[in-house]
Amino acid sequence: MSTIEHAGDLPAWAALAVSFFLVIGASLALIGTIGFVRLPTFYERIHAPTLGTSWGTGGIVMASMIFFTVLSTRPVVHEILIGIFVTVTTPVTLMLLARAALHRDRAEGNPGVPREAPAQAEEGEGEAVTAE
Amino acid sequence: MLPYPLLSASLVIMWLALNGFSLGHLILGCVVAVFASWGMASLRPAKPRMPKWYLLPKLVGIVLYDIVRSNIAVAAILVAGRGRRFRSGFVTIPLDLQNPTALAVLAVVVTSTPGTAWLEYNSLSRTVLIHVLDLVDEAEWQALIKGRYEALLMEIFE
Repeated sequence: MSTIEHAGDLPAWAALAVSFFLVIGASLALIGTIGFVRLPTFYERIHAPTLGTSWGTGGIVMASMIFFTVLSTRPVVHEILIGIFVTVTTPVTLMLLARAALHRDRAEGNPGVPREAPAQAEEGEGEAVTAE
Repeated sequence: MLPYPLLSASLVIMWLALNGFSLGHLILGCVVAVFASWGMASLRPAKPRMPKWYLLPKLVGIVLYDIVRSNIAVAAILVAGRGRRFRSGFVTIPLDLQNPTALAVLAVVVTSTPGTAWLEYNSLSRTVLIHVLDLVDEAEWQALIKGRYEALLMEIFE
């Protein structure tokens, strides 16, 4: 496919929509990355990249779908698969990292981490960590 | 021949979406789907049952809306940076949901919504530990997860 070379043929409305979604997606991914660097604790840091894996990916996928659908004048939807796979696989790595961190913090007896849940559910255990 | 018809159908659709539709790819995709579902069958996973699958679009709609909302909220927190103080913390939520597939879906929902992360599920006490980036009220989060997602998931899967 040599659709990239014909990017100039894109009608204005499509170009607007593509740029809108690209900018949204890229900005969210960037904000997520900056947050990943700046947040102080591990458990806060794991939240930042989810911006990139949710609407960061979503926006870029939408832009790609609109771009190639308009240029090749047939629906191009396989990008949806990227979105689905990213969404479904994120929890796997996240849980792996988070449980490893929890295990380490519990083993070291670090403060601010809830103990392993006993057989009876204990509510209000959330030791809040204040961050700046 | 086809132990998991839904899985096989999804694989064929995925194959055609990736390779473009042609007779050759249709046949190749079907062969791949049949062999993949045999491989899956030899793992013998529990077959997920969804008696009320028609409620799934409702769940997807709710989740997409929540993802957009929390994307904006988390982006605002990160952009405000050090100017705004926020409190993050752990919340333990007792769950009535037991179906493994439904729990997996709930984990995906909680994780893909920025600002909440599913940390660990304790099957003994049937509680899940989540971490919330901007924790204002624990009870509010428990009510949100239970009322907004768990109730619907229980209706779909049980």
